Amino acid sequence: MNARNLRHDLFFYLGILLICVPFLKIHTLYVLPVFLGAWGLRRFADFAGENRLMVTLRERTVNSVLAHRRVTVGLILAVALLIPLGASDYLIEVFTSVILYAILATALNITVGLTGVLVLGFIGFYAVGAYTTGILTAKFALCGFWIALPLSGLAAMLCGILLGIPALRLRGDYLAVVTLGFGEIIRIFLTNLNGLTGGPNGILGIKRPSFGLFTLDHPRDFYWFALAVLSLVILIVARLVDSRYGRAWIAIRENEMAAGALGINVFRKHLLSFSLSAFFGGIAGSLFAVKQGFISPDSFTFYESVLILCMVVLGGIGNVAGSVTGALLLIAAPEFLREFSLYRMLVFGAVMIAFMVFRPSGLLGSRVIAQEIKDRADDGP
Amino acid sequence: MTAPDILTTEALSVTFGGVRALAGVSLAVREREILSIIGPNGAGKTTLFNAVTGTCPPTSGRVRLHGRDITAKTPDEVARLGVARSFQNLKPFAEMTLLENVLIGREIHMTSGMAAAILRLPLFREDEARQKRRARELLAFVGLEQRRDHLARNLTYGERKMLEIARALALEPSVLLLDEPVAGMNPTETGFVMELVKNIREQGITVVIIEHDMKMVMGISDRIYVLDHGELIAEGLPHEVRANRAVIEAYLGGGHAPAH
Repeated sequence: MNARNLRHDLFFYLGILLICVPFLKIHTLYVLPVFLGAWGLRRFADFAGENRLMVTLRERTVNSVLAHRRVTVGLILAVALLIPLGASDYLIEVFTSVILYAILATALNITVGLTGVLVLGFIGFYAVGAYTTGILTAKFALCGFWIALPLSGLAAMLCGILLGIPALRLRGDYLAVVTLGFGEIIRIFLTNLNGLTGGPNGILGIKRPSFGLFTLDHPRDFYWFALAVLSLVILIVARLVDSRYGRAWIAIRENEMAAGALGINVFRKHLLSFSLSAFFGGIAGSLFAVKQGFISPDSFTFYESVLILCMVVLGGIGNVAGSVTGALLLIAAPEFLREFSLYRMLVFGAVMIAFMVFRPSGLLGSRVIAQEIKDRADDGP
Repeated sequence: MTAPDILTTEALSVTFGGVRALAGVSLAVREREILSIIGPNGAGKTTLFNAVTGTCPPTSGRVRLHGRDITAKTPDEVARLGVARSFQNLKPFAEMTLLENVLIGREIHMTSGMAAAILRLPLFREDEARQKRRARELLAFVGLEQRRDHLARNLTYGERKMLEIARALALEPSVLLLDEPVAGMNPTETGFVMELVKNIREQGITVVIIEHDMKMVMGISDRIYVLDHGELIAEGLPHEVRANRAVIEAYLGGGHAPAH
């Protein structure tokens, strides 16, 4: 056994131990299935990684998914559209949350995943979006939701630009700390700017949007609306990724110096990705405000920023579909494990460590993995 | 022998703390020539490239392109003005395909904007198709066309060097700076690069090369500059430089040069 395997084993069993802690309180016996399940999963992963049949199967699946992208996307969209027809109102609310977080994760993926800039206070943009909508439609009732929605995005974008112009001249950890500070500053502003934001009490009575006479009051209707927004955001981001903009972002992530030497204005491209992220973050915030009908600074803590970052990393850095998967896992799964909610962070920690070790490229991986498989197929006899 | 100067430096100096990496280097690159810059390790050759391209702004002195002062320009501005470069320690975009790597070099020639990209307007499609065609031509030119959809990180060392050249050419530069293009290559590969450099010059591009491989330097250079300890110690035609006493001493160590 080499050192790498040893390290993997160590992380693996430590992770399991951590995951087991909450179960220990209930009954020691619960540990056994968790352990066996994890062990079985690992054996299966080893088997799948080496067995010729499994490898071929995996490559075939990846290839056919890639070849029939439209069909795959259509199927997923169809399932997403049909969910509210068979689900309880509570479940629909959960899935609406998933969609909002999916928008956030997709937005954050532009800076973190594609451009390679670590942002730790992303929730600040979400908050700016939510409060812009709250202030405009409820607090001062200046305009309706349909005007407030784009304005929320633009307000967040403006914050992004104002923060980005000085901050993006910093690198790596320093930039991450500045964005962390930004998130906290926004939250503290919201708590103390009583006249504008209602202080710790927040803003009440934000109305749901309506199309003429038809109001999106029912959770199901709002779910569909949110799904439409998410689809649009994904479409825009996916198309940008597959254009000169996405290429430039990835090039900067890969090597800033080389990108600069090839005529790419690194600062401007950074600022563009940062402000786009902020814009979509603000849009998600606006949806959040009308979904809840009530907003307060409590909804925009550092924990939320970390959660969104976890989604991006879990799903696969730089992978748009991965961000959605990450949101689904991290929002939906805890809802079904409510008894253990106290230990949520613990489990997240364990899962993140496990991912760092076993699958650093995330669940769906970056698009690199698919390309690797293609490469091997090309080189094959 | 008087083609006009295209790129000139005037008393260019770079100081890192107390170390003078470049000490008042004045040189002139003539249009459509192949110029080599040689010198022992640490002589300041790469620093010269860095100072010219704005990667490492000079402490004093001037850089001119077509007579225009470009000293205070940033690397991307210099690239847009027509000075492309390759790096000694290679910097390919590892997680991008070869075609995408070269397309980054085409970025400055792209005309379609963000709205066109989101709406997939014909303008965007035509622009992409045009740039991809040119990128494939360039990959073919360096012999990598077959591997255009492979990831750059899977290339061999020599292939990466070729990719860097194709990427730099994608800018359609007027001056190409190559930093040790054949270091670590076998004689066959070196021969290929020599032919490539001659072809590049045929296309009207001025080539400046930093290189240690004397077969290559003596084989293709029109003129040679010799740097040592950040100073120019010699300049001339290949056979002149080869016979220059200062150059021999710099390479073999001062004072220990064999007496004739």
